[in-house]
Amino acid sequence: MAHRHSTKRSDSLPNAMFGNGQQSHEENPNILVYKKMETIVERMQDEHTGVPVRTVKSFMSKVPSVFTGQDLITWMMRNLDVEDQVEALHLAHLMSSHGYFFPIDDHVLSVKNDNTYYRFQTPCFWPSRCGEPENTDYAVYLCKRTMQNKQRLELADYEAENLARLQKMFSRKWEFIFMQAEAQAKVDKKRDKLERKVLDSQERAFWDVHRPVPGCVNTTEIDIKKACRMNRHSKMSRPNYAVPGGRISPSVSEAELNNSAEQIKNDIYALRSKLEKRRVKISKVTESFIAYYQQYAEYDAFITNPDPANPWISDNPEFWEQERSLNARDIPQRRVKLWAFCVEELLRDAAGRDHFGKFLDKEFSGENLKFWLACQELKGLPMSDVHQKVHEIFSEFLAPGAHNPVNVDCQIMELVRKRVENNPTRFCFDEAQDHIFKLMKCDSYSRYLRSDMYKEYLSGTRKKSKKRLEIRKVVQQL
Amino acid sequence: MAATEALRADNPESIESLSREAESLKARLEEEKAKLNDVDMCVVAQRLDNLAQFNIKPRRVLKGHQGKVLCMDWSSDKRHIVSSSQDGKMLVWDAFTTNKEHAVTMPTTWVMACSYGPSGSIVACGGLDNKCTVYPLSLEEDPASKKKAVATHTSYLSCCSFTNSDYQILTGSGDSTCALWDVESGQLIQSFHGHAGDVMSIDLSPTETGNTFVSGGCDKVAMVWDMRTGDCVQMFEGHDSDINSVRFYPSGDAFATGSDDATCRLFDLRADREVSCYKKESIIFGCNSVDFSVSGRLLFGGYNDYTINLWDVLKGTRLSILYGHENRVSCLGVSPDGTALCTGSWDYTLRVSILANLM
Repeated sequence: MAHRHSTKRSDSLPNAMFGNGQQSHEENPNILVYKKMETIVERMQDEHTGVPVRTVKSFMSKVPSVFTGQDLITWMMRNLDVEDQVEALHLAHLMSSHGYFFPIDDHVLSVKNDNTYYRFQTPCFWPSRCGEPENTDYAVYLCKRTMQNKQRLELADYEAENLARLQKMFSRKWEFIFMQAEAQAKVDKKRDKLERKVLDSQERAFWDVHRPVPGCVNTTEIDIKKACRMNRHSKMSRPNYAVPGGRISPSVSEAELNNSAEQIKNDIYALRSKLEKRRVKISKVTESFIAYYQQYAEYDAFITNPDPANPWISDNPEFWEQERSLNARDIPQRRVKLWAFCVEELLRDAAGRDHFGKFLDKEFSGENLKFWLACQELKGLPMSDVHQKVHEIFSEFLAPGAHNPVNVDCQIMELVRKRVENNPTRFCFDEAQDHIFKLMKCDSYSRYLRSDMYKEYLSGTRKKSKKRLEIRKVVQQL
Repeated sequence: MAATEALRADNPESIESLSREAESLKARLEEEKAKLNDVDMCVVAQRLDNLAQFNIKPRRVLKGHQGKVLCMDWSSDKRHIVSSSQDGKMLVWDAFTTNKEHAVTMPTTWVMACSYGPSGSIVACGGLDNKCTVYPLSLEEDPASKKKAVATHTSYLSCCSFTNSDYQILTGSGDSTCALWDVESGQLIQSFHGHAGDVMSIDLSPTETGNTFVSGGCDKVAMVWDMRTGDCVQMFEGHDSDINSVRFYPSGDAFATGSDDATCRLFDLRADREVSCYKKESIIFGCNSVDFSVSGRLLFGGYNDYTINLWDVLKGTRLSILYGHENRVSCLGVSPDGTALCTGSWDYTLRVSILANLM
């Protein structure tokens, strides 16, 4: 199976070439991954247990220190915990595009599972060992290649273009670049023939990593978020722009970073309260995860086959339009069934809230839900509206002579009243809201589920949706 | 307890004795936690049926960004997607038709965060400009004409998320803080201090009355915060490198993290500890983004090795590798109804896919 290559993207090269990022490689955020790949490469290069490297004869010449793609993939399948050949090829492709090994005569750094020859990169060219190289180095390298009269060193089209561009860019110091290239070419000439072959290819692969062929991914690019951090020397040296009441987020205060007695006391206090916290055993937690899965599996489109009408499956947006214009009678049964899972599910669904509200009205406790919803709404209001809404809620549900009085005990009542008078915030009804929620959850909700009202709704919708399905089928058959 | 009491007696205020006390409390805490670690979740979950192999079925490819896609978010209508990119653009897509409905050009490149408001008629984004700007969406007007800068941090904006309302937005930043803002006035409602490194990701609790959110950052720590008080109520350690993504388990009792240490983990709020770690020797690249399926059984992780690994949350095994992107996967999200998966990548594209069960 041929491995997928990157699509063409001609603009990636100029970006890489002229973004002059010279940074210390020790802090490079990619270092973690480089180190892991290097551990694998070292295992691959083990004399006895690694990938078999040999020198092959071809026609008149020798090809030194190579291995085949097939040998590499076989080794990976045997020595790494890859699942299948596809994964092995993918990992091999990634390691190759980082330059740890490379095809001996291709600028595209990838791996095929066949008899193509590959060679290991010398560690001094590993991306972890050398920072981002300068464009002048690249110019020297390309210039040198034009001096060496060898077919295998001929510039590829994109390299020739790059050379022309660099020549324009460095026109003032081109003479200097040319001289350097000449000197390097001279040194190269003195080397042993086979050694030169290896070195030439390794140098080429190095530049294929740092100045990749148009269309290939430049693997040395780093995440800007991590780069931002790299450039920051220490937390303390950052200026603190905090403006009181302004829209500027305050930085961490210095006291928090001071490891004084005060700090340790705070730690001790925090640890104490942590020790007092009740924790649940893993066995209990696990059971709850399993129960949750078992309950919701049929609603998980990735696990239970979803409604075939869903537009992401049917490719027909009709379903969404129907869903939007749905009236209360047509709500699918699976949605109504969900309301019985827990009170939270019921309240999450607008239709569920409506229906539950009607039930509560019958029980003469509709104000509970209204109060709870008003509190929910309050939490999300713009700051400017909070004050008014607090008073509205208070006078409608809690104040003496309220329209829709809710039943909370006098302690909570007193707490809330004080808050409303002194400091009305979006959370000032919290205790009352909690109390009412528990009341609904333990009391009204279970009665609701047992009520004929819910049962009828559940079965009513079932018939409806079944009928509709049948009708649709009939229509389709016609 | 007696031992720590005795230590306090000699000189209760000296730093030495205080730190000794702190140490002994820490040890006791670890002891207590270890006692509760009575079973291995993966072992218990063996009694569940194995899930089949999954294959990814591409449905749409969204092309239009001219730089790395850095962030995406689904609209509550299950159809629209907002995405932001290194090219300085935020795009609003009708993912179903692949039409771009709005395009906003930001003053700086690297728009690292974007988010849809719960009503679906407002979006927010920000990045290297250190700001979070909201844009009301309407078909008649250019959203940029009604934009409003809401939040300002002292470093880049790494993530943002509306709360359950269009009027409040929660932000996380490279300045190591999170903050809750009033959209209308741009006022800071609450700030959250505690991380000792860049905040990379935040997620709001899915429970109606939760009032909490979780954050993860480059200090390798995930923290759970009370939005009302600004206090960190729980702290979770375990990762060996930056946490890039946090996501609540659908019940709100736990959350998953994705990290540069090439693992994803599940932390439980009730047990107050890590309950599972999702890793493999052959996975060596960092994970940028995680999300759950509706039932919480599946965890998707988008990795720097261009793939998405699909984990069985309960059994702790990898179910499938999903290929498709040609560069790092930077962000992903399961659609609100749990049917489709959207992934964004450094290869400039977003992909909407469904899963085919190979049963």
